Amino acid sequence: MSGPMKIRATAKDGVADIRVLMSHPMETGQRKDADGKVIPPHFIQNVTVKLNGRTVAEGQISQAVSRNPVFSFRAKGGKPGDKVEISWLDTKGETNKAETVIA
Amino acid sequence: MRRRSRHAALWLTAAFALAGAHAVAQDAKKEIQKYQSMITEGSPVELFELEGEVLWKKKQGPKTASLEQCDLGQGPGVLKGAYAQLPRYFKDADRVMDLETRLLHCMMTLQGRSRDEATKRVFGNEDRLSEMESLSAYIAAQSRGVAMAPGASHDKERGVFELGKRLFFHRAGAWDFSCASCHSEEGKRIRMQDLPILNTPAAARPVVATWPAYRVSNSQFKTMQWRINDCYRQMRMPEPVFGSEASVALNLFLTVTGQGEIYRGPGTKR
Amino acid sequence: MRRSSHLLICGLAAGLAACATPLVSERPAAVTGQDLNEITSVLKRDFKARGIATMARVELDTLQQQCNLHRDSPPAELAAKLEAEQMKSIPFPSGSLIGDWKRGERIAQNGRGSMWSDQAGEPAGGSCYNCHQLSPGEASFGTLGPSLLRFGKLRGASPEIQKYAYGRIYNSKAYNACSQMPRLGHAGTLSEQQIKDLVALLLDPDSPVNK
Repeated sequence: MSGPMKIRATAKDGVADIRVLMSHPMETGQRKDADGKVIPPHFIQNVTVKLNGRTVAEGQISQAVSRNPVFSFRAKGGKPGDKVEISWLDTKGETNKAETVIA
Repeated sequence: MRRRSRHAALWLTAAFALAGAHAVAQDAKKEIQKYQSMITEGSPVELFELEGEVLWKKKQGPKTASLEQCDLGQGPGVLKGAYAQLPRYFKDADRVMDLETRLLHCMMTLQGRSRDEATKRVFGNEDRLSEMESLSAYIAAQSRGVAMAPGASHDKERGVFELGKRLFFHRAGAWDFSCASCHSEEGKRIRMQDLPILNTPAAARPVVATWPAYRVSNSQFKTMQWRINDCYRQMRMPEPVFGSEASVALNLFLTVTGQGEIYRGPGTKR
Repeated sequence: MRRSSHLLICGLAAGLAACATPLVSERPAAVTGQDLNEITSVLKRDFKARGIATMARVELDTLQQQCNLHRDSPPAELAAKLEAEQMKSIPFPSGSLIGDWKRGERIAQNGRGSMWSDQAGEPAGGSCYNCHQLSPGEASFGTLGPSLLRFGKLRGASPEIQKYAYGRIYNSKAYNACSQMPRLGHAGTLSEQQIKDLVALLLDPDSPVNK
């Protein structure tokens, strides 16, 4: 279930400020549905950030992160015009990615 | 001399006690403000605006048309400031409409969709927003920075406002509730939720400037039609029909009472 | 704009939309029978039955009519008459009215019941904490109603007080004609046993309310 993903990236003094909004249920596997059955876990496990094709950050996140997560971080060496690509892989093997150009 | 100094001591003590109590209240208020700015920073509302934009431009219905020619009060397709000037009277429908009522009108007239089909799922959930909710997010966002200025001069607008006001104070239902039962007394709360006195500008202004809104506690994006609907559910009343005059009347009453406030939504709430 | 200069300009330029009397959000000064009929017609037209919430709920009973007409402040004589009528309709059980305070605490915490989202026949709650403080250990309480902390400690648990507590919960309007408190027994939200359990929460010396 890949909803839209939005990246906002700006740069100042050689440091890029990146903010990404992801659409994902981030189901913990602890909740029960109306019939009392456990809703199986389904959450993003890996997040990869690339700057101009080079991986600058790789994160493993868990079901502790809430639905529709927002991440913001800084990347050294970013400047306007650089390409930012962010992708994720979840527990079902589904993926999504988005890219933008640093403003 | 003695009496004066005792009084001075009393005044000083009272002043310190008040300052102390005030400081505690200010601390709680600051924490809540901090919480509110934190949840706003991490809000996924932008994603819903994007979804809404896609739906606004999507060709749908028997007429295979998009909503891009929909007139929300500022001219066909004009979105800037449109939300801030709703609800208002629309000549082509000869009635006062809020955003969702107007969107339904456009879905039926521009896209040829039936009311039943277009209102099949007006309120979504945490897994998937409804079409109305996504569209509301997108359109409301185009009014950021604009002062709230709903219609308040046309005869029908004034009539609908008065209806809204009377409904606000009307006690009915299994539990004898009116809106005023909860929303008309200073300093009251339900559980830990403060209850604004909605028929006063001071309380109505921040409310109208921050709906529709994302609810962090249940990950759902909700609109004013939903808010009114869900109030009536908890008031132990039957259900308001989506986009009905009664629902628009309450929305207009609230928005006129809060007019002038600069719109800063879509909001993010607890 | 100052009111006096506003009126002057309006007088000179009668008919301009800008000079229409500004809309006021204050409570209407008067409510007539016709107003109530009109509002009820609007509710019938613009609302629909759902689940257990039927359209009968928009019909006003005498009490609701009078409270609406008098803006929740009926004159003393009328208030007394309305209260007496409500009191007559309360089916007070005989014997002890004190049930189980542990069940009462759960009922007080439960905010469900009588809504269209509730299933018919499922036990409801009293939503008491929505408006009242009760057990001192519960910090999440509303302030729409008075605090009920030490309710029994302050009043004892005599048959008169039991009857008072039972009656207040069953039909608060028997004691205060236009009270904002719902008539939980009268509306069919709570059963006799449930109200007894709430009475226990209020009056039982072992109840946390009285510790």
